[in-house]
Amino acid sequence: MTASVPTQEELPSLPRDEDGPVFREPWEAQAFAMTLRLYDGGHFTWPEWADCLATEITAAQEAGDPDLGDTYYLHWLKALERIVAQKGLLTEDELSRRKDVWDRAAHATPHGEPIVLPPEC
Amino acid sequence: MDDHHDHSHLADTDLRVRALESLLAEKGLVDPAALDEIVDRYENKVGPRNGARVVAKAWTDPEFKKWLLEDATAAIGSLGYVGTQGADLVVLENTADVHNVTVCTLCSCYPWSVLGLPPAWYKSFPYRARLVKEPRPVLEEFGLTLASDVEVRVWDSTAELRYLVLPERPAGTDGMSEDELVDLVTRNSMIGTEKVASPAGDA
Repeated sequence: MTASVPTQEELPSLPRDEDGPVFREPWEAQAFAMTLRLYDGGHFTWPEWADCLATEITAAQEAGDPDLGDTYYLHWLKALERIVAQKGLLTEDELSRRKDVWDRAAHATPHGEPIVLPPEC
Repeated sequence: MDDHHDHSHLADTDLRVRALESLLAEKGLVDPAALDEIVDRYENKVGPRNGARVVAKAWTDPEFKKWLLEDATAAIGSLGYVGTQGADLVVLENTADVHNVTVCTLCSCYPWSVLGLPPAWYKSFPYRARLVKEPRPVLEEFGLTLASDVEVRVWDSTAELRYLVLPERPAGTDGMSEDELVDLVTRNSMIGTEKVASPAGDA
């Protein structure tokens, strides 16, 4: 724990939940599944992953995220982006360019139709 | 957010996940069908029911319970619940004198193979930070008040070691079968934030 983490007195009460859905949105499930698949493929060890995730969680807290569990998969996604770059599976540049391609593809797709990448990708 | 109704719009997180998935698939690092299978497994097949089965078996089969407390990874694996992250499992037995409760202070490690994926509060900073410092007040927020002579033990999970709490078998269950007992065991009782209630609420 670092000095910038709030002290015990400042901590809010626990968020509570019922037995809700495991993933709130499909992207959370996809990010989770990709991580497991890459782990199964031997691209990183589980302790390496846990360390990367913990680093992102701490960084988010330091940036002001109250971290009540609802932003967990945002931290997860960031950690995944970082570990694939660290392990040389993808570069940050590749990811950023591909994200733009998806954005343009979405804008070029009539509402309600499936969004697909243009063939030159 | 989507004020242009003639075309589609993807949120930032969607774009990032699509970018990752399409690139990783092109490089042969992930197979989209395998991803669907993983999601299906965690949404529909792996959940606290697996842990409840382990607990009910331990309550009704002394040999299994002995094995479970000595080598939880092997005993739980014998029921077909196998973790995929290479982590060892340890089972902690709650008794009249000792109450165990689990947490992951760093990143929400959790025994997925027996409990599924963790609830939001387990992943939250308040739970992760407060449980180790003040377990009794935290347990009271869950509605669990322990007598002052009960020893509370907090266990911090890691990427290599995860814990499952074996709750006390409640009174009034002597004649019940393993299958009937499974229905009584709650997820939180296996994390350690509550006890298993007696059937029909006559605790």
